[in-house]
Amino acid sequence: MGRTFGTQEFLYLLKAIPWTLLLSLGALAGGAIVGLFIAILRTAPSRLLRGLATGYIEIFQGTPVLMQLFVTYYGLAVLFNIRVDAWPAVLLAFTLYSGAFLGEIWRGSIQAIPRPQWEAAACLSLSFPKQLWYVILPQAARISIPPTVGFAVQLIKSTSIAAIIGFVELTRAGQLMTNTTFKPMIVYPIVAALYFILCWPLSLLARTLERRIDATLGIKKHF
Amino acid sequence: MPLLALRSISKRFSSHQALEDVSLEVDAGEVVAIIGRSGSGKSTLLRCINGLEKVDGGTIEFDGKPCDPRRLRELRREIGIVFQSYNLFPHLSVERNITLGLTAAKGMPIAEAQRLARKVLRMVDLEDKIAAYPLRLSGGQQQRVAIARALAMEPHLVLFDEITAALDAELIGEVIQVLDKLARDGMTMVLVTHEMGFARRSADTIVFMHQGRIWEKGAPASLFGAPATAELASFIDAILAVDPARRRRIG
Repeated sequence: MGRTFGTQEFLYLLKAIPWTLLLSLGALAGGAIVGLFIAILRTAPSRLLRGLATGYIEIFQGTPVLMQLFVTYYGLAVLFNIRVDAWPAVLLAFTLYSGAFLGEIWRGSIQAIPRPQWEAAACLSLSFPKQLWYVILPQAARISIPPTVGFAVQLIKSTSIAAIIGFVELTRAGQLMTNTTFKPMIVYPIVAALYFILCWPLSLLARTLERRIDATLGIKKHF
Repeated sequence: MPLLALRSISKRFSSHQALEDVSLEVDAGEVVAIIGRSGSGKSTLLRCINGLEKVDGGTIEFDGKPCDPRRLRELRREIGIVFQSYNLFPHLSVERNITLGLTAAKGMPIAEAQRLARKVLRMVDLEDKIAAYPLRLSGGQQQRVAIARALAMEPHLVLFDEITAALDAELIGEVIQVLDKLARDGMTMVLVTHEMGFARRSADTIVFMHQGRIWEKGAPASLFGAPATAELASFIDAILAVDPARRRRIG
């Protein structure tokens, strides 16, 4: 007979939340850097750079994130002949994964900015990097808020996969509690609810932010 | 020496010959109005002047120097452009729209750029909108901000690409007024326009384009008074027929 699921067990689950958050935030931050780079390369004048960035995106979008996790985890171990902690391997895998998706989302946002905006910036004698920085990226950032937050929510949920290589985040903590209490139908709904509590405010925040920016700039939606 | 000299330029878009053997000289202080039917190459000509389109043949000289694609950024400090659809930056205030080129391209200190922004906004009578965002303004106001943005760079030549074409009839007047004033102040301007009244009143030279070529060129009085070609005569008739208001303005 296992332990009962009480306050202790619930607190154990709560204590795992920071790891889920840390992994998500770390992967988002790292992925943002990789993604911005990829997005700019994807819109670069050079065909070679565009091709490299496209290849990167295809690989990471076309393979399961679990395989990416395995390859990073065991790959690092084999490559450097060291035993790798789960944490850096997981962080690296999710960073590369996020980079591909954010890169693609942001490429779309950059390309959604009408060509005349580039031209107007160029005609003010701005260099290409300055056209991007002052004119294109800020506008692309606004339209990329909903899909970026959508991806962030996906990512928080995807980090549950890290449980498989033994990284103790929310899902892994749930598995451990299930093993000790034998009460999966209590533990997992609670874990699911905790994920919901993490994700839902993000979606709300995105909507509010979008509305507020649109109101300031005087942008009208057609529907 | 002319400020701008186009020598036999041509431009092709796949199968369409947009410009063919176009030569034109513009002196400092001259106001040149380019008229013609849509598709006659007017806008393409304008876009070739500041390098938004590459010419396939011929040369362009500005201030006695050939326009080198590698010196495009230098050239664009001298040649401003105002577009039909304003192309203001919607995420920046009116003031920042104007100061951006000054600080980011010319390296002007922000305080000086802001003073200049105020000055050019006063010229287009929009000083009170300095903190507004573009999409909060009417089309006519946005276009006047766009003119102010171009003027702030203190260009030696300003190109205007059908800048009243997207405006409601009642907003055209306020923009035309600004153009008239600039012409009086001696600004060198090349305009693509359908505003025949303005062209007649303020232009020194009218250029009529047809099928990618300069079909007729001359002073407004002679060109409008006695078109030499059937194409120009029928173009003038067509313009006046669709818009009786323009007939009054041309008068």
